[in-house]
Amino acid sequence: MIIASTLTTNLAILVLAGFIGFVVISKVPNTLHTPLMSGTNAIHGIVLLGGLLIVGLSGNSAFNKVILVIAIAFGTINIVGGFLVTDRMLEMFKSKPKPSGGDGAGKGDEDGKGKSA
Amino acid sequence: MSGLPLASSFLQAQSFLDVLYIIAFALFIQGLRGLSGPTTAVRGNRIAAVGMTIAVIATLLNRNEGNWGLIALGIALGTAVGIPAARQVKMTAMPQMVALFNGVGGGAVFLISWSEFRLTAGFQGTATYITIFSLFAAIVGSVSFWGSNIAFGKLQEIIPGRPISLGSAQQIVNLVLFILAVAAGVDIAAGAHSELLFIGMLVCAALLGNAVVLPIGGADMPVVISMLNAFTGLSAAATGIALNNPALIVAGMIVGASGSILTNLMATAMNRSIPAIIAGGFGGGGAVEGASGAGEHAGTVRSTTAADAAIQLAYANRVMIVPGYGMAVAQAQHAVRELTKALEARQVEVSFAIHPVAGRMPGHMNVLLAEADVPYDQLEEMEEANQEFGRTDVSLVIGANDVTNPAAKNTPSSPIYGMPILEVSESHSVIVIKRSMNPGFAGIENELYYEPETTMLFGDAKAAVNEITAELAQL
Repeated sequence: MIIASTLTTNLAILVLAGFIGFVVISKVPNTLHTPLMSGTNAIHGIVLLGGLLIVGLSGNSAFNKVILVIAIAFGTINIVGGFLVTDRMLEMFKSKPKPSGGDGAGKGDEDGKGKSA
Repeated sequence: MSGLPLASSFLQAQSFLDVLYIIAFALFIQGLRGLSGPTTAVRGNRIAAVGMTIAVIATLLNRNEGNWGLIALGIALGTAVGIPAARQVKMTAMPQMVALFNGVGGGAVFLISWSEFRLTAGFQGTATYITIFSLFAAIVGSVSFWGSNIAFGKLQEIIPGRPISLGSAQQIVNLVLFILAVAAGVDIAAGAHSELLFIGMLVCAALLGNAVVLPIGGADMPVVISMLNAFTGLSAAATGIALNNPALIVAGMIVGASGSILTNLMATAMNRSIPAIIAGGFGGGGAVEGASGAGEHAGTVRSTTAADAAIQLAYANRVMIVPGYGMAVAQAQHAVRELTKALEARQVEVSFAIHPVAGRMPGHMNVLLAEADVPYDQLEEMEEANQEFGRTDVSLVIGANDVTNPAAKNTPSSPIYGMPILEVSESHSVIVIKRSMNPGFAGIENELYYEPETTMLFGDAKAAVNEITAELAQL
């Protein structure tokens, strides 16, 4: 019974998360689809937790330890790399509105140079 | 329903851990909400990163057992790879990067599942549903890992970008691999404990990942990358159920939803069904169909020079730039920005028409143009742009091909018939910057190039755009 209720609770979380995901992601504009993908790359790096939990259990053979270290490294790549590269990309989008304050076919020389590349 | 342990024993460690996980996934959702606009997006991403940090710390706090050295090693390795990769990757190489990150996530999932299998000597004493979700995670993770690596190879041009397929046998091979992987999984779930069987399942899934992505051409990459993104997310969610970890379930499922939405958007923007793309090649006949169409065209192509193009652009009131993968390959985005500035200094109104599948991944062009400091209010999405072409004097097509091909509207026999396109031929004149007359990745001749209002400027996108800018300065 306990097992069954854990399963149903988790399934409920799964289904609700799916619906929330659809609603939230639908609001992301086309412009930001690449950062969305790299951002979700970072978020699925959460599988790192799986590696962290299992590597701590007793009875892991040497081979298990090797594959778990790889899994932890993979998850970390996702998290660290994903959030960093998304941040880098989004900074490029963010620095836009300031120069285009005077809209339309204005003069080109008001543009400040992008602060960082 | 009253089985939630939360209320009764809030202060017990497991509940505390769960609360931290709940905070973590709430932050993920809040962070993704920030992605609804460029101004809030940076903060959104950081909020999600905070959520991730909380989830990781919560997990580390609650471990009773050892092997801290292994954890430190894994995290150090991942950081050593992840930070330089994220810092140094060029914006033009983002599709490869995302493919690689997808793969790495899928890889982690199947490795975790494998280690669970080994630790429990074949899921002995494990609840059946946990076994099933673990096996699902292993199969999907493995498909995603190998498929993403192939996608990476294609985008990085380690593997030819053209479809590589077994022809008509492809679908049968895919089906057989799929059935074998699932059958092995069912056998294990039913009580088989052989590790060879598990490895066999992983191998079938790996081959399936290869077999699904190898036949897919470059132009279909946006769909494939989105789909692999969804796979990795779903496999992570399955791992979450297997490990009874709410943060993993929610995060994985949100990624799954995101990938699914993008896959659907991309497929719609190409007027392709997702099964048709997975089944391989372009449509049914694939490359053959395209090849027979190429080179048969009767019209004439008029080529132009940078000087003439500069004059045409300088005296236009309104110019629409249509970027495509060619701009990314040539890394021409900064050159394009310079040209835009030069035109704006001459009071020419310039905007950009972005097709949803331009480039190799969703939003690829937007990122490149953002990198080059093009204000995002100059970027127009397809529907918007198509209303503007009628009052556009010159459309400047830079390295875009199939997304401008009028055959999609006019020629029912064309493999891309029905795909929504940017209707550049509606504008008064068209200049196409292109390396050569080679057809695009879809291998389909572009009728646009033979239309009377079209002129071709042959050359590398970056060099050609720089030349035009230089000529503009001379006027």
